[in-house]
Amino acid sequence: MKPEQASSPFVAIDHVSMRFGEVEAVRDVSMEIEKGEIFGLVGSDGAGKSTLLRMVATMIKPTAGKILITGMDVVSDKRKVKDLIGYMPQRFGLYPDLTVDENLQFFMDIFGIPRGERAKRREKYLGFSNLLPFTDRPAGALSGGMKQKLGLACVLIHEPSLLILDEPTNGVDPVSRQEFWDILDEMRRVGMTIIVSTAYLDEGEKCNNLAMMHKAQVIDIATPAAIRSSFPTLEAAMISRLQEADQDIARDTFRHHAINQ
Amino acid sequence: MSFLRIRELVRKEFIQLFRDKRNRPILIMAPLIQILIFGYVVNFDITSIRVALLDHSRTVESRTIIDTFSANRMFQITNVVDDPKAMEELLLRGKVDIGIKIGPDLARKIRRGETAEIQILADGTVSNMTAIRVSYVMTVLERLNRQFLRDIYSVQMTYGRIDARLRTWYNPNLYSRHFFVPGIVAFVVMLISLLFTSMAVIKEKEGGTMEQLIVTPMKPYELIMGKTIPYIIISLIQMVIVTILAVYWFELPIRGSLPLFFLAICLFLISTMGIGLFISTISATQQQAMMTTFFFIQPSFLLSGFVFPIANMPVVVQWLTYLNPFRYILVIIRGIFLKGVGLDVLWPQYTALTILGLAVFTAAVLRFHKRLD
Repeated sequence: MKPEQASSPFVAIDHVSMRFGEVEAVRDVSMEIEKGEIFGLVGSDGAGKSTLLRMVATMIKPTAGKILITGMDVVSDKRKVKDLIGYMPQRFGLYPDLTVDENLQFFMDIFGIPRGERAKRREKYLGFSNLLPFTDRPAGALSGGMKQKLGLACVLIHEPSLLILDEPTNGVDPVSRQEFWDILDEMRRVGMTIIVSTAYLDEGEKCNNLAMMHKAQVIDIATPAAIRSSFPTLEAAMISRLQEADQDIARDTFRHHAINQ
Repeated sequence: MSFLRIRELVRKEFIQLFRDKRNRPILIMAPLIQILIFGYVVNFDITSIRVALLDHSRTVESRTIIDTFSANRMFQITNVVDDPKAMEELLLRGKVDIGIKIGPDLARKIRRGETAEIQILADGTVSNMTAIRVSYVMTVLERLNRQFLRDIYSVQMTYGRIDARLRTWYNPNLYSRHFFVPGIVAFVVMLISLLFTSMAVIKEKEGGTMEQLIVTPMKPYELIMGKTIPYIIISLIQMVIVTILAVYWFELPIRGSLPLFFLAICLFLISTMGIGLFISTISATQQQAMMTTFFFIQPSFLLSGFVFPIANMPVVVQWLTYLNPFRYILVIIRGIFLKGVGLDVLWPQYTALTILGLAVFTAAVLRFHKRLD
């Protein structure tokens, strides 16, 4: 055991950048996520939230910088990291031709859940997501909200210590969204760390900390209350901050051009 | 490596395969249709030549010619015409294969000891069939000439003669069925393994489940095995069905060793699985994979010697056929079934198939790996 592990954050993102050819999707992002918190990523579409999450989930290698999860590097310790995390992409890949039960059983098989545990976990996570009455329905025939809840159940089935969710409630009806967040709350209560990106700012309010991303960069990391500050809502605060940031970028670009000329 | 994980992947694959109703007809009908078409329909055998006859001589000599043709089981005089135009019409409409025109001066010329011409018209649109038909006609006329000679001179020749005793080995009756059916076994294996392997991987990509699997602790080679093993099993079952049909229904002889045949199919499967995996890495959608598969199957079918002899191809194309695994499996299967030869003769094909299979499969796996990591 390394001595610094006790004091180091659960997830440490350290000066991470990601470039796809000419396009810089994430630029020099640093943040720390503590164990047991729900950490939200908010910001406009194309701000780099998904790319950042994909890097944390070991899907893609950052072009620069380091990401450590409990001290393990997502690139060099990829295998060990994979055992710790559960990642749910924007469009969760379920097998539409398999039933709810078969999908869940398949992910239990892949994660090697031991025989004795299986029935218990199936009850627990399908129960959580209110899917127990639909176990024999093909996943393709579920509603959008139910699909997302089944996706969550499949990701939770191996009880990861870090849950990475990329806009999990996008296009889901309000009731299912509420249910979805109830599950996340419950998971936080048992000590799971959750990183979630969202386009809904009412969901942002439920996070312990928020990182606001804009044009590949993080412009602020604070609690929802601090970001809201004097604004009536989080949404108003964010819009104002983003506009401000755009002006800054325009000014920077202008200055940059002026110096060059 | 987790055998459990691979087993569950294979099981999942089978559930999906048989749950999709569209797959059933392909799995059952494809091999059946292939073998029935090539067993019954595709046929180079010449069993009957339809002849139109025009006799302007009407003599004993012309009668002899006509009788010789009608006595031959191969020929069927379907039309007797009087007008050359009518004969042309029959050929044009494809009602007859051969037209025989006997001119008015036939008997006179023969009796004077001159050479008498008769005109043979042949429909040359299907060139290889025509060549065979014409050679049958020539054989009949040859025999007729000898008979005329004997009739006229009717003396004992002092010379002996050469008699060719023809024995066609390995396919004594020259059934083209025996030429095609062994190849069908390999063709069905190729079709099924290529198509289903690439589709199975692409389906995973299209549905977004691939991304899901990548974040699990599953290792890429476990995924590769989980995706190939089901289709190896299915291909082998297809092989058994087609072989049983070939042997018991089409009376294809098995003169060689069945284990050796099985080994060859397994080696061949390494190549086709490799190509299937490779196609899955270069295609984004099932449609693309399907198109690429057929784009591959068409030339490998044509450039294999399945129907068209490799020796007749331009030299550059002949070189290309060395890269075609189907070429080798055909030689092996025909060798084992029809000739009963073993490794002592077929070792070059086995070696080529092994090298080609390992090369293709390794390349595909490396590319697949890179895509996953």
